[in-house]
Amino acid sequence: MSVTDAETKRLEERAEQIRETIVEMLVAAKSGHTAGPLGLADIFAAFYFHILKHDPKHPAWPERDRLILSNGHVVPVRYAAMAHAGYFPVKECLTLRAFGSRLQGHPERLRLPGLETTSGPLGEGLSQAAAMAYAFRMDGTKQRVFCIMGDGEQDEGMVWEAAMWAGKQKLPNLTAVIDRNNIQIDGMTEDVMPLESLKAKYEAFNWHVIEVNGNDIAAFIAAVEEADAIYEKPVCIIAHTIPGKGVPEIEFDFHWHGKPPTKEEGKRFLRELRSLNGKVPHEYA
Amino acid sequence: MMLNKNAKLSDKIFSTQIEKAPTRDGFGKGAVEAGKADTRIVVLCADLSESTRAEWFEKEFPDRFIEAGIAEQNMAGLGAGFAAAGKVPFIASYAAFNPGRNYEQIRTTIALNEANVKVCGMHAGVSVGPDGATHQMLEDIGLMRMLPNMLVIAPGDAEEARKAVIAAAAHEGPIYLRFGRSPTPVFTTAETPFSIGKALRLSESEKPQIALFSTGSLSYEALEAAKRLEEKGVGTLVLHMPTVKPLDEEAILAAAGKVRAVVTVEEHQANGGFGSAIAEFLAEHRPLPQYRIGVRDQFGQSGGPDELIRRYELDADAISRAAFDLAKR
Repeated sequence: MSVTDAETKRLEERAEQIRETIVEMLVAAKSGHTAGPLGLADIFAAFYFHILKHDPKHPAWPERDRLILSNGHVVPVRYAAMAHAGYFPVKECLTLRAFGSRLQGHPERLRLPGLETTSGPLGEGLSQAAAMAYAFRMDGTKQRVFCIMGDGEQDEGMVWEAAMWAGKQKLPNLTAVIDRNNIQIDGMTEDVMPLESLKAKYEAFNWHVIEVNGNDIAAFIAAVEEADAIYEKPVCIIAHTIPGKGVPEIEFDFHWHGKPPTKEEGKRFLRELRSLNGKVPHEYA
Repeated sequence: MMLNKNAKLSDKIFSTQIEKAPTRDGFGKGAVEAGKADTRIVVLCADLSESTRAEWFEKEFPDRFIEAGIAEQNMAGLGAGFAAAGKVPFIASYAAFNPGRNYEQIRTTIALNEANVKVCGMHAGVSVGPDGATHQMLEDIGLMRMLPNMLVIAPGDAEEARKAVIAAAAHEGPIYLRFGRSPTPVFTTAETPFSIGKALRLSESEKPQIALFSTGSLSYEALEAAKRLEEKGVGTLVLHMPTVKPLDEEAILAAAGKVRAVVTVEEHQANGGFGSAIAEFLAEHRPLPQYRIGVRDQFGQSGGPDELIRRYELDADAISRAAFDLAKR
């Protein structure tokens, strides 16, 4: 089973809205990470507008699926997706990283309803996600738990402690998603600390592994559907994404991992985003 | 010197017949009792279930015991995850690793996140004995009391440890509980009052000159010191403070108002721990001369628990010397 073309088109439009909001919020914030959030816009559109069982008006609904963001530095994409999904007004996105904002530079659960954990220090999401999945299985409840991690984050030893534990527990309701964009702050992942063969590593830890194009929304949704169907193991989706996706001039450039666009760059990025997708540009054009 | 009758202390205080038990036994008993009362309680352990006494809970509630393996960082994250799913997790290992190894995980996923996790550090202090310095955690109180949202409790004996675990289970929010390996005198009884944040006055002379503020199992040494000081004509007031954070400020001020100087007692580095917490508070509210009984900027070493307590000058002799010097100043 897969999504219809019409649904895919709807989700692609959502991804584009999310990308626009990311660029606008980073320009306003004057600090933050650009490449990762842009690369993840398709996956977040798929989660918030198709995959997750959730209710933006009741973020604490106990039956909701849990989306754990382990690599907290890409949180602009989550804020943008949450805002467009109706958790809070889209204009609040422009308060990112500002004094008094609920939208902290790295996400804090207690500040903004709808965030499941507090994250930023890398490597900590999978442990929490695995325990939630274990607890739901103990209670016989049906929530699914998804954990998004970065690929550079796989350098952290704690990730592998959690991978070993989750593999031991054979958690069917746990799906990890690794944003395989091949960049981290100091350069390409394979130069900083080689990760390959990532698939074989997770398989060796008793996970079912799916590799997919993370910028292909229909393919990503199909991978999550496959994960739902796997019962005897936790599933790891290695989602190959293009860092900076949507803004051709920064795609694949690790220098954009940890810096925001200036106002001028932001205008140019938005123009590129919109012209690429044939949208009518507005004030930035 | 008058023992505080309201404290309902053991009638074998100062007798060689006093019962001895390690405070970790209190963890084991308390976890089982709390687990009976509340099915949300789960206990996690990092391959040390026998020596932490987590095994006692495991025997009673096998489905609610979770083996984390030798992976304390993951165990802290698991704790936060269980709390997020509505469980009340106790995460147990040696204090050198929990919080020693997993401090940042505790900081981010438990303290900042206000996760309802009870961090249990066993084998704290030099009284671990033969294992040596690597396993004798002396910095945990300092580490944990610095964390916002984190409470810190160092029970004085096995009975109080049992009560502290039950109280921690009923308290919503992160707590650090500190336990020891070696048997120490059980000076409290089932009737002795315990509540989080409350100090317990153990004794008071007719005319106290020196206040002995003590946490953990060395409070019995403080009491022993008070007896010797009384014999030498130095009046004392002994305040046992199992809760290091939040401090019982009212009790400290009331005691400080009666004395000329303070001796603090803990099985921890003298820098940064309980004595420092008292010094910080008194400096702002009622400055008094103070001596901090504690390990003086050193690591421990192998040896018998009693030998080490003596070597690092944490025993009744050292406490009474310090108090005597302050009284004669």
